[in-house]
Amino acid sequence: MDPLTHSLTAADLQHRGAAVEAFRVTKRFGAFTALDAVSMKVEAGSFHCLLGENGAGKSTLVKCLVGYHPPEEGGFMVDGREHDIRSPRDAQRLRIGMVYQHFTLAPGMTVAENLLLARGDLPLRIDWRHEKAALAAFLDSTPFRLDLNALVADLAAGEKQKLEILKQLYLGQRLLILDEPTSVLTPGEADEVLGLLHGMTRDGRLTVLMISHKFREVSAYGDGVTILRRGKLAGSGRVGELSTAEMAEMMVGSSVAVSSGRRRCAADQTQAIGEIRLDVEGLHADNDRGTPSVRGLDLSVRAGEIVGVAGVAGNGQKELVEVLLGQRQASAGQVRVAGEDYQASRAQMRRHGVFSLPEEPLRNACVPAMSVAENMGLRDFDIAPYAGGWLSLGFLRRRALSRRAKALIEAFGVRPDDPATAIENLSGGNVQRAVLARELSGPVKLLVVANPVFGLDFAATEAIHRRLDQARNEGAAILLVSEDLDELLELSDRIVVMSEGVIAYEALAGQADVAAIGRYMAGHGH
Amino acid sequence: MNAVRSLAAPFLPFSAAVLAAALLFALFLAAQGFPALEALELVVEGAYGSSFAWQNTLSRAAPLMLTALCVALPARAGLVIIGGEGALAVGALAAAVVPAACAGWPALPVHLLMAAAGFIAGGAWIALSAWLRHARGINETISSLLLAYIGIALFNFLVEGVLRDPASLNKPSTTPLAESFLIGAMPGMEVHWGLFWGVLICLVMGFVVRQTVFGFAVGVVGGNPRAAMMAGLPVGGLILAACFLGGGAAGLAGMLEVAAVHGSANAALLAGYGYAGILVSFAARHNPLGIIACAILVGGIGASGSLLQRRIDLPDAATLVLQGGLFVALLAFETLNRKGVRRV
Ligand SMILES: Nc1ncnc2c1ncn2[C@@H]1O[C@H](COP(=O)(O)OP(=O)(O)OP(=O)(O)O)[C@@H](O)[C@H]1O
Ligand SMILES: [Mg+2]
Repeated sequence: MDPLTHSLTAADLQHRGAAVEAFRVTKRFGAFTALDAVSMKVEAGSFHCLLGENGAGKSTLVKCLVGYHPPEEGGFMVDGREHDIRSPRDAQRLRIGMVYQHFTLAPGMTVAENLLLARGDLPLRIDWRHEKAALAAFLDSTPFRLDLNALVADLAAGEKQKLEILKQLYLGQRLLILDEPTSVLTPGEADEVLGLLHGMTRDGRLTVLMISHKFREVSAYGDGVTILRRGKLAGSGRVGELSTAEMAEMMVGSSVAVSSGRRRCAADQTQAIGEIRLDVEGLHADNDRGTPSVRGLDLSVRAGEIVGVAGVAGNGQKELVEVLLGQRQASAGQVRVAGEDYQASRAQMRRHGVFSLPEEPLRNACVPAMSVAENMGLRDFDIAPYAGGWLSLGFLRRRALSRRAKALIEAFGVRPDDPATAIENLSGGNVQRAVLARELSGPVKLLVVANPVFGLDFAATEAIHRRLDQARNEGAAILLVSEDLDELLELSDRIVVMSEGVIAYEALAGQADVAAIGRYMAGHGH
Repeated sequence: MNAVRSLAAPFLPFSAAVLAAALLFALFLAAQGFPALEALELVVEGAYGSSFAWQNTLSRAAPLMLTALCVALPARAGLVIIGGEGALAVGALAAAVVPAACAGWPALPVHLLMAAAGFIAGGAWIALSAWLRHARGINETISSLLLAYIGIALFNFLVEGVLRDPASLNKPSTTPLAESFLIGAMPGMEVHWGLFWGVLICLVMGFVVRQTVFGFAVGVVGGNPRAAMMAGLPVGGLILAACFLGGGAAGLAGMLEVAAVHGSANAALLAGYGYAGILVSFAARHNPLGIIACAILVGGIGASGSLLQRRIDLPDAATLVLQGGLFVALLAFETLNRKGVRRV
């Protein structure tokens, strides 16, 4: 049957959001129980939030619901009837769809092509005129606005996220699951996307189940909330009736202070700021498509200071970080570390104590198929005590790698605590912790950090911020690139705004004018 | 119990693939009216049924172990190289020209020189693909295959041209090695010393890959080049080195074919070991230790060809059909075994 007719009737009144219940769902990975008899109730047409620390089992629960990996015990009820969901196809039949945290779009194709592609049952010959008209009609039936002919590669992150959601709506989904949908979005984009979805639930057309770490979003858009803790149900309730502090307490199992606001101001910056550690001069670099992205950037970071780089995504921050990490060739300009021309070689990294926490650590800083112990050894597997032996061959001492990994796992609270687990099997937040453990365990002199708390729960966010602060107080020079202005204001000693590949604005954190920063970020500084 | 299961797990898709390939082969034969069951029995008998069969199998397994390394070592660095036949050809060629300059020498230094020549020639051939990939972004799978055609053409051109021994009339060959330079059989069997070297080099490479700093660094490059760059590893150098070692192994296989089997370089030496090595390496999941066993399996299939021909009149190409079926089945079961979507 043609799904198009389904989606066209999406506007029909009879098309309602689904009610879903999870009933004592248990999921094990080997000896490890990721979900232990978890129950959850999502009312039809509601906006439900799923909260929990990193590794609590949130992604696992929704993956059970979409049939990605079926649970060992327990089951799901959809609209009051029990359904066996064994595969994604079963979920699709029940019109349950999921938007993953990372984009699953074909970048070289247009919005319209991506939508049709999602359908999966295309005829041999596509009648484009007819399809385009149908797609336009479908788009009109939703609150989302996108140009059907735009190339996905040219879309901003927020628009891509909208397209991911549209793809699911196009398939006629009645329950939409979102796994940390806003971690790649700016707060403005997040509000727009969530607001539109919220509107659709108000009409009763859709039920939304969203995993999030951001209390702000939960309070603003959520109706109901379910909280997981270490694979068990920790609590549930209505958003209005639970305070943020109560939710936080359920998440971590004890009462905590949810800190907010700026921790530091110019006053405590009296301690000496040292010599220039990182000096970037006239840097140019192209992005993946070969267009200039960094265009003559000058920047320096001194020992003992955190320089925050603010900016709307896509203004060259990613490319800048990649050049500093050695993952991208600069097309012109100079990078000097401690006065020496910097090629990002291993010897230089070691000599100058250069470490980094790139965004998307699984993609940028890990070998997914290797174990946690091996990944924690990426920086120093070739020196004693992890390597040794005769000749310059160097034998690997796996036992030593594993022993060190155990200590780091312990110190940084990585779960599960087995160093032999493949790092790709860790939850998003735990990957982040494992990388952090590796990068902060050496003598750090220069640290390049990009969006370090994407996808982290608030406790982990606090912990990372504390570690960055501590590293700075011990004299490290830190370059912190972030899309979260609050984070920058909280941590930085100096803030620069990056716009169209250059530094457009610079101020000491204590004297920074937030309105001005916003203007320069938007490119209207002058 | 659990330990047994996790030990057996990697072999499951492999065994399933072997069964599926046997089934396909049987159906293929039955459809043409050949006695399918008897043919399968003959494959086993022709490969492992007698000491003669074993010798035949092991002689074929020896070069397969080395050409499989030409796939496996680059694969550790994330490259899919399928041009082992070319490395074997240039390795054989390089090795074949050495003895002419060494008349009257003792055998050992000549063998070492031949081995070095074969290794370096084969290594350079595959390293060229790696360099094209790293410096110019050219797909290494395609470039290595095209280079293999060039290597084979070069081989034929020289063997039928300047290097041709005028005495080789209807089978163009290079000057035959002096009797004293031939590599003989290992004591107690009729299999040449190439088997020993094949096994030894696989064992050494297994160790290098798993237990050395170099092997680990290559694994990082293969597992995620971005992470390797972030760690400051010399990505290009490591890719080049892994491919040089792999190509060198295939070149060495060419040298052994010259010195232990054919006595000179001629077209009979290009019997497809380079291509069959791809199958061996994939079957072993690019694990040098697994390659030893898989080479014996695939060598056995090849060895059974003559028996199939003699007993039930199957054409020589039948074993190639079985090999091809095995390769496809392996790839199919491998993907079935893997989850399609990355965890979030
Ligand atoms: N395929 C797997 N194999 C082994 N362990 C797994 C697998 N998938 C998940 N786990 C484990 O199950 C636990 C829960 O993981 P899950 O991804 O559901 O966490 P999460 O709540 O989504 O966390 P995050 O906020 O960090 O994304 C983690 O400890 C994780 O390591
Ligand atoms: Mg998750």
